Amino acid sequence: MTSDIIIVSNLTKKFNGFTAVNNISFVVKEKEVFAFLGPNGAGKSTTIKMLITLLKPTSGEAVIDNYSITHQSGHVRHMIGYVPQMISVDGTLTAYENLMIMAKLYDIPSSERKKRIDDVLVFLDLVDHSNTLVRKFSGGMIRKLEIGQAILHRPPVLFLDEPTSGLDPIARRNVWKHLFELRNKFGTTIFFTTHYMDEAEEVSDRVAIINSGNIAAIGSVEELKQKTKNPKATLEDAFIFFTGTALQEGGNFREIKKTRAMQRKLG
Amino acid sequence: MNYINQVVYKSYVLAEMEVRKLLHDPTELITRAIQPILWLGIFGEALSKVRAIPTNGVTYLQFITPGILTQSVTFIAIFYGLSIIWERDMGLLQKLLVTPTPRLALVWGKMASAGVRGLSQAIIVFLFAIVLQIHLILTLTSVVGVIFVIMLGAGFFSGLSMIIASIVKTRERFMGVGQVITLPLFFASNAIYPITIMPPWLQVVARVNPLSYMVDSLRSLLITGNISQLPFDIAVLIIVTLVISFISAYMYPKVVL
Repeated sequence: MTSDIIIVSNLTKKFNGFTAVNNISFVVKEKEVFAFLGPNGAGKSTTIKMLITLLKPTSGEAVIDNYSITHQSGHVRHMIGYVPQMISVDGTLTAYENLMIMAKLYDIPSSERKKRIDDVLVFLDLVDHSNTLVRKFSGGMIRKLEIGQAILHRPPVLFLDEPTSGLDPIARRNVWKHLFELRNKFGTTIFFTTHYMDEAEEVSDRVAIINSGNIAAIGSVEELKQKTKNPKATLEDAFIFFTGTALQEGGNFREIKKTRAMQRKLG
Repeated sequence: MNYINQVVYKSYVLAEMEVRKLLHDPTELITRAIQPILWLGIFGEALSKVRAIPTNGVTYLQFITPGILTQSVTFIAIFYGLSIIWERDMGLLQKLLVTPTPRLALVWGKMASAGVRGLSQAIIVFLFAIVLQIHLILTLTSVVGVIFVIMLGAGFFSGLSMIIASIVKTRERFMGVGQVITLPLFFASNAIYPITIMPPWLQVVARVNPLSYMVDSLRSLLITGNISQLPFDIAVLIIVTLVISFISAYMYPKVVL
């Protein structure tokens, strides 16, 4: 029997009177692949920033693996791995150096570091590129290395912000192959955002849709599709049904500039 | 590992990362060598012929060498905030902030790496001083002292830079603010002329300018050998660097918001 590993209770974030996240509550179960979807500006990023301890909630609480994000943020950081949407590895270092720095920052004992890094390199098919500068990597290899950095300390929960954005279909498939292996091997819970509805439909155990700071729907893909009353509905139809908007309609200049720059870098 | 050990150890890890980056791509160090060479080779040589500036018994080139070294270190450090904004845009900063690394270590790591970059400027200035036959006191004590002062000075100005970055948040705004700060800091100091020839109001500015204390320390160590004022100068640098590092550790995470 699986238990709840992420418990979000009445979480709210306000910025100068603007409510970005409005009193949301949901749970994520152990070993679940959980998609957190929403239009740009709906409150996705703000929610993730709160869950990964980058942002303090205005009110409410979330607990990750029994640790509070508000009172035990130091413990939470040991329990989570995070792969941002942007490229978060250093191109001027080798793959091995990028991993070694994270191993040290995550307090992995020096006696175990080399083995952990070697295991991750094998797991992600990057052994032959261990001593290559990351700026010479392809987009798919960069994403795999970023995942490698995030799982070195074997966190029970992995947060991925648009993990396959900018990747071609083969690289996307390869990234998910590794994420599923990770879930199966270590029981890692995967919490991710994406704008690719087909991807969310294919890989998620459950989906939450956030819109204007509120949870508009939550459930399995089939449950959400059924609620549209359209027997041929896809997840994208369900998304539009619950948010009342088309994909990618929102977003501000800075977000779009960053996304396009990242997509260009990933090739 | 207790908090202090965590801060020290992880500052070292982050500084090591920066050093590795420099070793993989030292182009930046080479391009940065041009500025101090121009200041010493052109400005210094030209002004030394004028003999209008009182330099207290040393040649003008000797007088300005610590000032030019300070300027080179400061200019590297003051634009360190740009790297924070760049790392924020890349996502690297968010990833670092999510690790169990004390905020103070993130700041001290950056400060230490600014210091390492600053030390490369010292090597360039020392080598060029030999070419220009500028007499410097290069003993073990003075060199160790110079390293310490450069690390402190670079630490202070990179900390200041991180605070600015956390407020302005964009590269364009940061460049504007950086330009506005650097030249007044340089000219309102004792780097290229003594404080005594300044108008009274500017003397007040120069005496509260940490850059003046850095120049004074380096001048004592490298040129005059008179270290009576050195403990005070270094104490000021230590205090302002510590204060700025604590403010920076508080402000630094805000750059991602």
